[in-house]
Amino acid sequence: MPKIVAVTGNEAVAEALRQVNPDVCAAYPITPQTDMMQRFATFANNGKVKTEMILVESEHSAMSACVGAAAAGGRVITATSSQGMALMWEVLFIASGSRLPIVMPLVNRALSAPLNIHGDHSDGMGARDCGWIQLWSENAQEAYDNAIQAFRIAEHMDIRLPVMICLDGFIISHSIERIEYLDDDTVKNFVGEYKQLNPLLDVEHPVSYGPLILPDYYMEFRRAQAEVMTKVADVVLNVAKDFEKISGRKYGLFETYRLDDAEIGLVILNSAAGTSKDVIDEFRNRGIKAGLLKPRLYRPFPYEEVGEALKHLKAVCVLDRADAFGASYGPLFMDIASSIYPYKDKPILINKIYGLGGRDYLPEHAELVLNELAEIAKTGKVKTFKEYIGVRD
Amino acid sequence: MKLKGWKELTPGAVVTEAGSALKFKTGSWRAFRPRWIEENCIQCMFCWIYCPDMAIKVKDGKRAEFDYDYCKGCGICALECPGKKGNKAIVMEEEGK
Repeated sequence: MPKIVAVTGNEAVAEALRQVNPDVCAAYPITPQTDMMQRFATFANNGKVKTEMILVESEHSAMSACVGAAAAGGRVITATSSQGMALMWEVLFIASGSRLPIVMPLVNRALSAPLNIHGDHSDGMGARDCGWIQLWSENAQEAYDNAIQAFRIAEHMDIRLPVMICLDGFIISHSIERIEYLDDDTVKNFVGEYKQLNPLLDVEHPVSYGPLILPDYYMEFRRAQAEVMTKVADVVLNVAKDFEKISGRKYGLFETYRLDDAEIGLVILNSAAGTSKDVIDEFRNRGIKAGLLKPRLYRPFPYEEVGEALKHLKAVCVLDRADAFGASYGPLFMDIASSIYPYKDKPILINKIYGLGGRDYLPEHAELVLNELAEIAKTGKVKTFKEYIGVRD
Repeated sequence: MKLKGWKELTPGAVVTEAGSALKFKTGSWRAFRPRWIEENCIQCMFCWIYCPDMAIKVKDGKRAEFDYDYCKGCGICALECPGKKGNKAIVMEEEGK
């Protein structure tokens, strides 16, 4: 029987990791992730998991230890935030390029400088093209559910790629919500036994990881890696189908909210989607056809499916909780623009940068944007394609 | 040797064949070539110990010629060589000269 509890996002994800009971965890504390790994280390210390806990001196070492342990043949986890992931940067590519199915919750936090510990998406967006799969989560329940599904996706024999589970720092990681926990046995059966692929510790079949690949082969390896990315969406959907059977909760590549007959829409990631849905309901009550799309599988990005879901709208605002300095638009906007690019008839797109460094995203922000979209849909005229909202002049 | 296409590769560039480094002849990287001067050699085997590429051949327990298929020309052997009465048994010479 599922158990209903009131816990924080960090606590919920730590619980998922306890239920999966991985072989190795190498982690270093960083706000706002710290209390997730602290809880997990407590499980390890109290014998609630058989995980070998490696306490390292930095995140660069944490990810390096994860790479070694995963290559050795173990089911491996870590978790981080912000500067911690920035320090892991070079090793993230080694994990994905070596096709190691490491699972890592990323508690999204702003990047320094100026130093800030609060939630935005600069960390996850900076690492969006490093070859990891990214699952984004609106609330603690989604973070818990994504964490469990991540193992099945990462470890699928056609995939063998690391997975990042993104949840908003503090807003989700430290807020208490109502969560449904699955039974330990249900989770254990769902993720199943870990299957090794070319483990270093199999001395009967010696292998080498991390060889030097020169121009005669490097491009073929990259081409093969690009091919794996094309297989991820189907695996994510199949895993979600199985997950629905044990949980009753439905997951797709993205969530659509009142989008089918909508004329104006928001595209927004993670916790701010919840706030936006409430405001969309208010607009619907007033007879304005508003809707929302919230990406879940952000890498690999399901361009075709997203384009298909958005193409009928008149005006869409993509809200980015990170800027891409020097690029024309925020990172999410660029992906959404690419999704609708192939269509002749497509919505007008605008981009708003919001919520940086934990700045609150309030219902009035969504209201402001939806009013602007309604005006654009009516007149076809756009005042500004990209701007910051909730910022002082 | 026919090069493999991208569909034929092992995931993650993992090498599943033991000892395959033998096929990779790194001697072509060499810019300086060590030359062995046998009359100055005292058979101390320092070059054999220090060589990072196992490019010093040994025959009947004695130092033999360099294995130029794998010698990268790093010069460690020449540096470590004590020689005989101050005369080095290994000297580095520019390739192609």
